[in-house]
Amino acid sequence: MAPPPPDELNGEEPAREALAEIAASADIASLEEVRVRWLGRKGRLTEQLKSLGAMPEAERRPAGARINAAKALIQQALESRRAALERAGVERALAAGAVDVTLPGRGEDLGALHPVTQARLRIEDIFQRAGFQIAQGPEIEDDFHNFEALNIPADHPARAMHDTFYLRDGLLLRTHTSPVQIRAMQSRTPPLALIAPGRVYRCDSDVSHSPMFHQLEGLFVDEQVSFAHLKAVLHHFMEAYFEQDLKMRLRASYFPFTEPSAEVDISCVLCAARGCRVCKQSGWLEMGGCGMVHPAVFTACGIDAERYTGYAFGMGIDRMAMLRYRVNDLRLYFESDLRFLGQFAQGSG
Amino acid sequence: MKLALSWLADWVDWPSAWDAAELARRLTACGFEVEAMSAAAPAFERVVVARIVAIEPHPQADKLRVCRVDTGAASVQIVCGAANAKVGLTSALAQVGARLPGDVSIRAAKLRGVESQGMLCSARELGLAEASAGILELPDDAPVGEDLRRYLNLDDVVLDVNVTANRGDAMSVLGLAREVAALSGTSLKVPPYAPTPPAVTTGSQVEHFGVSVQPGSGAARLLVALLHGADNTRPAPLWMRERLRRVGLRSISAVVDVTNYVMLELGQPLHAYDRSEVEEGLTARRALAGERLTLLDGRDIELAPDVLVIADEHRALGLAGVMGGQGSAISQQTRDIVLEVAWFAPSAIAGRARRYGLLTDASQRFERGVDWRGQERALERAVALLADITGAVPDTPRRAELPGELPTVPNVTLRAKRLQRLLGMRVEAHEIERRLGSLAMSVNRAPAPAADPSADAAVWHVQPPSWRFDIAIEADLIEEVARLVGLDAIAEADAPLPLRLHAPAARRIDERTVMRTLAARGYQEIITYAFVDPSLQRTLLGEQPAIELANPIASDLSVMRASLWPGLVQAARENLRRQQSRVRLFELATQFERIASSPASAERAASAADVPASFSAASSPYRERKMLAGLALGSRLPEQWGSAAAPVDFFDVKGDVQAVLALAAAPGELHFEPARDVLCLHPGRSAHVVRAGRRVGTMGELHPGLLRALELGESPLLFELDYEAAFATQVVQFREVSRFPRIRRDISLTIPEQTAFAAVHERVTVTAASLLKELLVFDVYHGDGVESGRKSLALGLILQDLDRTLTDEEADRTVRAVLDDLQAHLGARIREQRQP
Repeated sequence: MAPPPPDELNGEEPAREALAEIAASADIASLEEVRVRWLGRKGRLTEQLKSLGAMPEAERRPAGARINAAKALIQQALESRRAALERAGVERALAAGAVDVTLPGRGEDLGALHPVTQARLRIEDIFQRAGFQIAQGPEIEDDFHNFEALNIPADHPARAMHDTFYLRDGLLLRTHTSPVQIRAMQSRTPPLALIAPGRVYRCDSDVSHSPMFHQLEGLFVDEQVSFAHLKAVLHHFMEAYFEQDLKMRLRASYFPFTEPSAEVDISCVLCAARGCRVCKQSGWLEMGGCGMVHPAVFTACGIDAERYTGYAFGMGIDRMAMLRYRVNDLRLYFESDLRFLGQFAQGSG
Repeated sequence: MKLALSWLADWVDWPSAWDAAELARRLTACGFEVEAMSAAAPAFERVVVARIVAIEPHPQADKLRVCRVDTGAASVQIVCGAANAKVGLTSALAQVGARLPGDVSIRAAKLRGVESQGMLCSARELGLAEASAGILELPDDAPVGEDLRRYLNLDDVVLDVNVTANRGDAMSVLGLAREVAALSGTSLKVPPYAPTPPAVTTGSQVEHFGVSVQPGSGAARLLVALLHGADNTRPAPLWMRERLRRVGLRSISAVVDVTNYVMLELGQPLHAYDRSEVEEGLTARRALAGERLTLLDGRDIELAPDVLVIADEHRALGLAGVMGGQGSAISQQTRDIVLEVAWFAPSAIAGRARRYGLLTDASQRFERGVDWRGQERALERAVALLADITGAVPDTPRRAELPGELPTVPNVTLRAKRLQRLLGMRVEAHEIERRLGSLAMSVNRAPAPAADPSADAAVWHVQPPSWRFDIAIEADLIEEVARLVGLDAIAEADAPLPLRLHAPAARRIDERTVMRTLAARGYQEIITYAFVDPSLQRTLLGEQPAIELANPIASDLSVMRASLWPGLVQAARENLRRQQSRVRLFELATQFERIASSPASAERAASAADVPASFSAASSPYRERKMLAGLALGSRLPEQWGSAAAPVDFFDVKGDVQAVLALAAAPGELHFEPARDVLCLHPGRSAHVVRAGRRVGTMGELHPGLLRALELGESPLLFELDYEAAFATQVVQFREVSRFPRIRRDISLTIPEQTAFAAVHERVTVTAASLLKELLVFDVYHGDGVESGRKSLALGLILQDLDRTLTDEEADRTVRAVLDDLQAHLGARIREQRQP
């Protein structure tokens, strides 16, 4: 190999040239070419270093120092250029890979539980936390459990209010969830604290009546249960369910299976008792019935009516759901309209 | 029942501070819910009592007349077209400036050229009747010039009171007056009438007319008065018609109005017969077999032997306590009257009216119980009114009675301690005595027991009055005290609930988790009626013995559902009509089946036994099963970019079913077996879900042959799972996790088209045994490159040993063995085998 021209050995000129090439490299590949051209095994600076051996001793040392300085300079420039190019590359890739984040996401939509189910689950939660158990019973009932044991003998005028659906063999569709009380009391011994939510049936259908609807029955039997306890549990429940302070009032009433009996009103939850369409301007909402278990009911279930007392209450779950979700038409619940039901995917139940 | 406050005021004075609203509030609180309050008459003003003093013909019109009318203050000229206008008639005059109901203003006007300074009004024009002939006829003694509203007390308020089924005694002005008296601490006023002495009491003029009651029939007392010479052509007096109107009764005739009036006032139903249609004598007896009766409403009914009738010597005249008969009904021409007042035991009347589709004022009262001491008073009152109004002359009353069949007064013990325990409130002994006393109960305090002489241990013996049929036990008395003291007076007290910790049921996945899982997969919960259209059910489930309702509300809601699918299909159809193209629905509800034989009931008992607090009907011929069922129709996914729209298919829904079942069962526990026996499903696209050898559900695509019948354009996918069986579960038991590497081997093979993947899965599981962690299917292919009649499967075997690192050689050996086995047992042909 021929010795390099002496002027190249000063290192400055070549370094300038190399630096210019580095700066001009537009991508990693051309930068690599520059590196090979200068610092590769046969690169110009490598060759220069190799040629040092042929130089006189006195020149060799300063020339070596110059070349090495130039090499260091070039290496540094290469690295920083490489880093810059890589950074730019990443940025380009990122820019190219950007998506329109406002496009809709993919996959399945969320379905919803029916509002009546949501209300039921909420009611169940509240009572279960207080120690009530959930009880269930058949929807096709017999006369004994739906009426007789509840102190509603045949031909009792109260039967006329029940609009009972009958099957051809004389069995019937339960008109209330109260038969679950009977079944529970027949098969368990007090203390008993249970709620029985479920579908009930009455042959009545108009704007405010559905032939199938949902009721919740509550029962608490023990040795010292009083009407004062009944009032407390209902008031606590109503406030818990509606998440607001409410007034409650009881109106004496009559149900064959409780005595004393009462209708439960709460101050209207929609208008803060100021009067609105839902409470018919009265400020009060009728929520259901309640009372102390009638001794005849205890007796029919084989429970000692002298030793035990108990309270029972009932309310309409559909109505509870209407009030919570402000549904204004009972019929919407049973029309299976996705446009209506889909609204209940949101919310906390 | 409707109650006019002016009528109530005849019987009781309540505190003047109680306006109508306050009275209503108090009645409501104590058990007599006032459902509505209304004015006795619509608003009108400047209408006065006026008398016609002269009448002249109208010069221009035949049908109009010109009346000179005295208004007390003046004499005015009124043009009137009423036929009943006559000199001396006292009527209602709307003066110039009057405003009448219906936004009518009265001005001075010329009628066919003659000046008229007001209008003589009919009852209809004043809103006092729905129809009327002619102008209002007021009694002759009506004070001319007085404001009509004041004269007729039209600013009266009418309460609509809901009397509960136990309080028949309160279905009268008297009954509610008793309650108001008890509430306000006042006493009833003396009735404003006195008995009318019979005009004919002795001698040969007394006509022969026997009265009897049949022992054991339920009729214990029958009082009869005969009245002669009534004039029933003139209506009852205005005040009576006006009271009847206010409480919702139409005026019929003077005689009938009197019986209705007395019933409403005293709560005792009465019936009047036309004497000329009654053969000698009146008896209350059970109907004879085959006996028939034409009721007042014109219907001819056959009487059952447990029905009580009022009869003469030859025939039944009326359905006792319910409705009279047409044959002996009072007419305008009736001159002689048989007036009957009876006491019937509630049990002899209860349900009878309903059986004939009737609900009458009389039956409502008798079946709840009528004061058994009130017959005489009612008879006297009615006789007095009839004599006064119709001019009838009464005869001596007849009476038949079975004292042994009248109720006995119960003697009910009340313990202060029991009252306090039941109400959770202490009521002073004197307060208890006062409250019960205010209801006309006889209250006798028993001598104090030596052990505890305090008032808290007081005991009373209480006898209710003869009109109270609802007082038989101690709780009845406690209720009376509670409602009069007021339920608001009972302070709320937190009950010490017995401490019982109920573990969340671990043996079954709870409903909400199951439902939320389906909702997360895009299914919407629906609630449909438990009764369905029998033809839709038959279309889907085939001919089967349906559980029919005896009294459905509509023919398309007449059988109990034997599956939730009819409801889901119906709901899907309705949503398609509402322009929803993609429908995913589920319902969790009961389906109803007839139990074929006794083993099923044992099965039901067994399945219900492990559901906490589920009480089944052991002897029912029906089985109720809680089912989770769903339907998917339309595209696989909601329409979206970046994913091709494809209709939902079997495997999409199978994925949903598997996902929800995965809450309860490990994948290996579940098998999907071809179901060719499900009528409404595509025979090649349906499966039974089997768990531990038991069928827990079914799914598949609706049979395309049903699309037209069901008015559907495409087949939905359907599934149903028996909730109790499918979601029974156990607490997860931890298994050791292998820390050694897994090896994956992929194989590709072909098998005959009919061979199920399940068979492949089973063979691979057997052969690879414990080394197989997982078997993946990553491709299924038919068509080009695969021999016809065969399908290609690409499988991934994930192999792993629990105790050591699996070597490649072992993995290869296992795969070889699997392939050999598949070849030998299933005729598999190997396409490729590789190591990813």
